Amino acid sequence: MWLSNSSVGRKVVMSVTGAALVLFLLFHMSMNLVAIISTDGYNAICEFLGANWYALVGTAGLAALVVVHFVYAFILTLQNRKARGSQRYAVSERPKNVTWASQNMLVLGIIVILGIALHLFNFWAKMQLPEVLHMMGMHVDAVTMENVANGSYYIASTFSCPVYAALYVVWLAALWFHLTHGIWSAMQTLGANNNVWICRWKAISNVLATIIILGFLVVVVAGYFGLGALGKITLAGAACC
Amino acid sequence: MDKNISFTLKVWRQRGPKAKGAFETYQMKDIPGDTSFLEMLDILNEQLVNENKEPIAFDHDCREGICGMCSLYVNGHPHGPATGATTCQLYMRRFKDGDTITVEPWRSAGFPVIRDLMVDRTAFDKIQQAGGYVSINTGGMPDANAIPIGKDIAEEAMDAAACIGCGACVAACKNGSAMLFVSAKVSQFALLPQGKVEAKKRVKAMVAKMDELGFGNCTNTRACEAECPKCVSISNIARLNREFIKAKLKD
Amino acid sequence: MAKISSVKVDSKIPEGPLAEKWTNYKAHQKLVNPANKRKLDIIVVGTGLAGASAAASLGAMGFNVLNFCIQDSPRRAHSIAAQGGINAAKNYQNDGDSVYRLFYDTIKGGDYRAREANVHRLAEVSGAIIDQCVAQCVPFAREYGGLLANRSFGGAQVSRTFYARGQTGQQLLLGAYSALNYQVNQGTVKLYTRYEMLDVVIIDGRARGIIARNLVTGKVERFAAHAVVIGTGGYGNTYFLSTNAMGSNGSAALQCYRKGAWFANPCYAQIHPTCIPVHGDKQSKLTLMSESLRNDGRIWVPKKLEDAKALQAGTKHPNDIPDEDRDFYLERRYPAFGNLVPRDVASRAAKERCDKGFGVNNTGLAVFLDFKYAIQRLGEDVVRQRYGNLFDMYEEIADTNPYKEPMMIFPAIHYTMGGIWVDYELQTSIPGLFAIGEANFSDHGANRLGASALMQGLADGYFVLPYTIQNYLADQIQVPRFSTEAPEFVEAEKAVNDKIAKLMAIKGTRSVDSIHKELGLVMWDNVGMARTKESLEKALKEIDRVEKIFWSDLRIPGEADTLNIELEKALRLLDFIEIGRLMAYDALNREESCGGHFREEHQTEEGEAKRDDENFSYVACWKYTGQGQEPELIKEDLNYQYIKVQQRNYKN
Repeated sequence: MWLSNSSVGRKVVMSVTGAALVLFLLFHMSMNLVAIISTDGYNAICEFLGANWYALVGTAGLAALVVVHFVYAFILTLQNRKARGSQRYAVSERPKNVTWASQNMLVLGIIVILGIALHLFNFWAKMQLPEVLHMMGMHVDAVTMENVANGSYYIASTFSCPVYAALYVVWLAALWFHLTHGIWSAMQTLGANNNVWICRWKAISNVLATIIILGFLVVVVAGYFGLGALGKITLAGAACC
Repeated sequence: MDKNISFTLKVWRQRGPKAKGAFETYQMKDIPGDTSFLEMLDILNEQLVNENKEPIAFDHDCREGICGMCSLYVNGHPHGPATGATTCQLYMRRFKDGDTITVEPWRSAGFPVIRDLMVDRTAFDKIQQAGGYVSINTGGMPDANAIPIGKDIAEEAMDAAACIGCGACVAACKNGSAMLFVSAKVSQFALLPQGKVEAKKRVKAMVAKMDELGFGNCTNTRACEAECPKCVSISNIARLNREFIKAKLKD
Repeated sequence: MAKISSVKVDSKIPEGPLAEKWTNYKAHQKLVNPANKRKLDIIVVGTGLAGASAAASLGAMGFNVLNFCIQDSPRRAHSIAAQGGINAAKNYQNDGDSVYRLFYDTIKGGDYRAREANVHRLAEVSGAIIDQCVAQCVPFAREYGGLLANRSFGGAQVSRTFYARGQTGQQLLLGAYSALNYQVNQGTVKLYTRYEMLDVVIIDGRARGIIARNLVTGKVERFAAHAVVIGTGGYGNTYFLSTNAMGSNGSAALQCYRKGAWFANPCYAQIHPTCIPVHGDKQSKLTLMSESLRNDGRIWVPKKLEDAKALQAGTKHPNDIPDEDRDFYLERRYPAFGNLVPRDVASRAAKERCDKGFGVNNTGLAVFLDFKYAIQRLGEDVVRQRYGNLFDMYEEIADTNPYKEPMMIFPAIHYTMGGIWVDYELQTSIPGLFAIGEANFSDHGANRLGASALMQGLADGYFVLPYTIQNYLADQIQVPRFSTEAPEFVEAEKAVNDKIAKLMAIKGTRSVDSIHKELGLVMWDNVGMARTKESLEKALKEIDRVEKIFWSDLRIPGEADTLNIELEKALRLLDFIEIGRLMAYDALNREESCGGHFREEHQTEEGEAKRDDENFSYVACWKYTGQGQEPELIKEDLNYQYIKVQQRNYKN
């Protein structure tokens, strides 16, 4: 299968999964912004995306995308290290037009993955997961079940904690770097590039990455400072303290 | 007139592919600025011979930037700090008095060291032999003007064909990828009508051979393009990807 | 006086009118049927335009080809460095070109010292070369309408030169290399890279193989074949400083000579007028600036001696010299061709000005090539588009901006018209041994026109040798493959090993390059652009002196049975010494001036070359008579039946 046994094929897999994840990020980011305007509206979305079949299918799909993207990244990196040879250069200098992000995609990706783990722990484990467990007949305590769709509450409580807020900022920063290279790189790998479009794709990458990250960041900041609709939520106490 | 400079030269010495290599340090005195980098190595080699030591082995031939034979990694850059130039086109006036200049061979699993700074680049020939041609014999060709080719297309093909096969792209790439080289070849043929006929077969064969020989996967860092002495663009890599994906989807 | 042999030379020129000779030859020659081709092995040494195109074409025909080169890849051969273009009589520009005119220009450009039949054949097949290259995807320059573009070159009044920017040689070689790769893929050609041929093996008077050294392992190996083709280029590096690549050498040709193949016209060396001047004693090679620059650049030196002195001293800037004080000496002397006179004429004119003290640069050994006028006429953008890469190259080397001030150029050794003697079939005087491209002597007479080397290399490789070699091989189909255990192989290998051992045993104090530089200086000063009886006799003595140094004081560090660069160079230098001697003998014998050979004793009152057609209208073939002995001269008379031999005139 050329998608696994050819170098270009493997990169196509990275590009397609990456591009799909970018679309998901755009959706997720847009959804989050609702929380600043209306907590009820946000919770309605959470309700909608609870343990419904389409949401579950979507979640499974997303998980698959992440896993494939991640596994391929490791395979590619291992192959690339082998191709590089055992002897490293004593002196090496990054040429001018080579971005730092482009040479550190794996490290950035690992930070993103850790961020996802944290994110799942902070939100998914309290929202969709209990519902699923409940559906499967396992015991879930009543308070948790009551709050599975109360996304606004979890946002406010998580980001009121400075440690979480700071970790999310780091995560988002890594994601920004990852995206500035990833988006145009995906287009390049899919062949949708040439001498004219390279500048355009690079601009689109930067703009899109910035929009996505700013969108997420606004919610983190709003949660931390209690701004907008999120400020109206009464917290039992910050999540981390 | 250029000034003379003195500097420290650190050169990688290695007896053979399996032998362990190490840097050796040489002090170079009063080298004129209009000496080329390779002429500077000639001067050093002359000194070494005079001391009855073996000279440093390095590949070089035309010394005018076109044969693609010279292949030195100078101060962290394939072909040294100059852009759009090969090692033989690098002049000592680029360096300063008192500098330390580190010279290494291309380092990549695809290019094993033969001796000192000389590496084996036959992998590039093998990739070309896999499909880097038009399958025609000699003679009986239609008139050269039978198929008009747009000036812009011809120029773009020429941009790709300017590749000298030196391997700086592989040397520069942190992934040891040969994509810029392969894509330049694929592009030249894919752009021109005479090469289009077997474009699908060609791109598949060349990519397969490149993978088989252990070159890495391209992650679009653009280091190859930045270090390429002929400024071959990564738009060729996009074209290679396009051609490859199209060919595979047709299968 | 050289000993003159009475051997009657048969150059096997076919009967019939000039324009029909090649057609007739092909119609009547012997061929080898496809089933038999597989049984025949051919060794091709060299992978330049001639070698690669020959190996690819022979492979495509079904022969079993072994192809050797000293570089790490066939694509590195020095043909790759040819910049300007390739001639072909296509008449795409509708400017009156024809096969005959290309033939005529080439004969005239060669100063009437080339064989008519060979040159006419070259002109005939020139068009097919372009067709072949376009089919291989060679990206020639094109016009907006999509058709091929042409430019003009020295020695012609039509635009018949096809080009690919300033990298025509590269693109043509990559085309031939791709054809070669196709054959490697098909299994008909086997490549031996980083191998250097050190001898040709003769069995029963026929070439049957070679001895070659694996440059990586140092192992001397034997290779057998039914025929051997030499395509190893010229011997310009005899001068140490030349536009040739560092590895370019005349050793393969000289081994053939030592085994009995005649060496023809060794004294015809082309000095290219547009090279970057020498700058210091550490220089390793000279860089050529394409002749195409003469299309738009104007060559001049100051009219006034005091200006020249001031320029040499660096107290005056060339841009400060007004137009009326500039001597555009080529336009002045040769109004009809102006800056586009042939190379030998342009080189000598530059030397004449420098000898008179009008030279520039701190050495006084340079003239200006000025694009000020072209920039005024065409604009900087057009000039950049046409010559951008050449200008960049110049700026990198000379550290001055040619858009702002004139370039400085000076003649340098570039190409050798002489080479192994071949007949019409490109076969040397040893049966089964063929020579193609620059390695042979055949098509350029005493001077080669710009953009004709690429044409000849590819003509030989694609369209001539693949036919003519069959005429020989047709008789060889019964001959089984040779064993490399034959005594002739054993003996040849032993001789090579003995020679290497002898070199290694000298253990002197001098590096190869230091001796080579000495030889080069002797050659440049005495067998260079202008030669005299005295200088040539001096050269012979000096070459003896250099040879003595070589054998007594050479030092080769390291071992012979591994990669050893100094040993490689020493083996080549040994042959350069012999070639230098041959050149001097030939130049001494040729008491006339023609093309690249200028004897100061023989010039017109205006300083033009003065030929002596009565006594020297022949090819001088030199036959080896033993180590340390003067070679024997064999004359092949040149009969001009279709062209009126006259003094070359580029004035009007």
